[in-house]
Amino acid sequence: MIPSTFDYKRPGTLAEAIQLIKDDPGAKLLAGGHSLIPAMKLRLNASPTLVDISRLSELNFIRDKGKFIGIGAGATHGAIATHKTITSKVPLLAHAAELIGDVQVRNVGTIGGSIAHADPAADWPAVLIAADATVEVNGAFGERNIPATDFFKGFFYTALGEGEIITEVKVPEPDAATLRCAYEKFAQPASRFALAACAVQMSLVDGKCTNVRVAFNGIGSFSYRATAVEAALEGQAPSEDAINLAASRACDNADMVLSDNFASEDYRRHLASVVCRRALNKALA
Amino acid sequence: MKVSITVNGKSFNHDVEARDLLVFYLRDTLRLTGTHVGCDTSSCGACTVHLDGHAVKSCTVLTAQADGRSITTIEGMADGDNLHPLQEGFREEHGLQCGFCTPGMIMVAADLLERNPNPSEHEIREALEGNYCRCTGYHNIIRAIQYAASHAVAA
Repeated sequence: MIPSTFDYKRPGTLAEAIQLIKDDPGAKLLAGGHSLIPAMKLRLNASPTLVDISRLSELNFIRDKGKFIGIGAGATHGAIATHKTITSKVPLLAHAAELIGDVQVRNVGTIGGSIAHADPAADWPAVLIAADATVEVNGAFGERNIPATDFFKGFFYTALGEGEIITEVKVPEPDAATLRCAYEKFAQPASRFALAACAVQMSLVDGKCTNVRVAFNGIGSFSYRATAVEAALEGQAPSEDAINLAASRACDNADMVLSDNFASEDYRRHLASVVCRRALNKALA
Repeated sequence: MKVSITVNGKSFNHDVEARDLLVFYLRDTLRLTGTHVGCDTSSCGACTVHLDGHAVKSCTVLTAQADGRSITTIEGMADGDNLHPLQEGFREEHGLQCGFCTPGMIMVAADLLERNPNPSEHEIREALEGNYCRCTGYHNIIRAIQYAASHAVAA
């Protein structure tokens, strides 16, 4: 399979890239290309111009910035999975990155590309929501910082505007001493995308769950923060009953529950509470 | 567009279409047909090559993206008549039947051994997640990679 024809441009700086997509509203950004190129090969997408941002050093970094960890939009899943700052300070992200696709996909796929694509079954969205991350974008409207919770808005639809580029994902550094986190995915066996996945991050202080953040992938038409699960657990001791009750609220905040030939709506609801319970148990073990 | 790509240590300059995929550039333009097209949907891993030392699925990489970079294919693994330890391992441990998936298996295993020279069986299985074999049931492929890990001289 071959994509239809397009022009290929490789800007040398972020500013040039922003100018290119401003001048050509039909242009698409190419990072790792592992969502875009398959879509173009299947002729689901036929952009007249690709702007290759994969070599922009301005987007390729992982840096401890004190209060938060800055991850450049061009950082690959593989780099994030193994970077010492990530594994030691925000282990939720390292663990989730390891579960994305396969080795070859992780070697080229980028965090910015994945969240711009916003596949409802991708791994990053719920993880970034649970980690209380902020997405920095730049372009037509200047620099904007959008909380991950508000970034994912619909089926393959985000708060990213036309003429904007994701530049950085900013992840607050949690208190290591009290941090409890986990990501549990029930993967579609061939694609490894989530049929249901749950990301959990919280603090365990004096035996009580606090600052509980829970989010889901693969359930609704977009990834969402599960405030009903959070409220059920906030301030509670992590007993089996409290966890089971919280997990029963897994789908309360979903805009809808997807149904497809891999999982019916009922089965997905069931899976959502299963992955939620597993994630909570794992985080609190 | 003009590209300049180093493949197996040799430099090539060609005029390609922007939409040309790396796997077809390697197979059709350079006639390096050891890299296979299996699924053509970035699932099966038969087209795995190294791009600047990292395993990638060349059916999902534009030739343009490889411009100025370095590619290693299965043809670049042996040192003259001396097989790479992974190639030797696949022969010694009967790690293939039809052989179609083998180049991709070897390239992804080489990426693994580069990062982790002494992987556990579990780590080997995890590393093969993106590579399908429809003949062997994987057991001998894993033995072949274990063979290479234990026989590797700094490759």
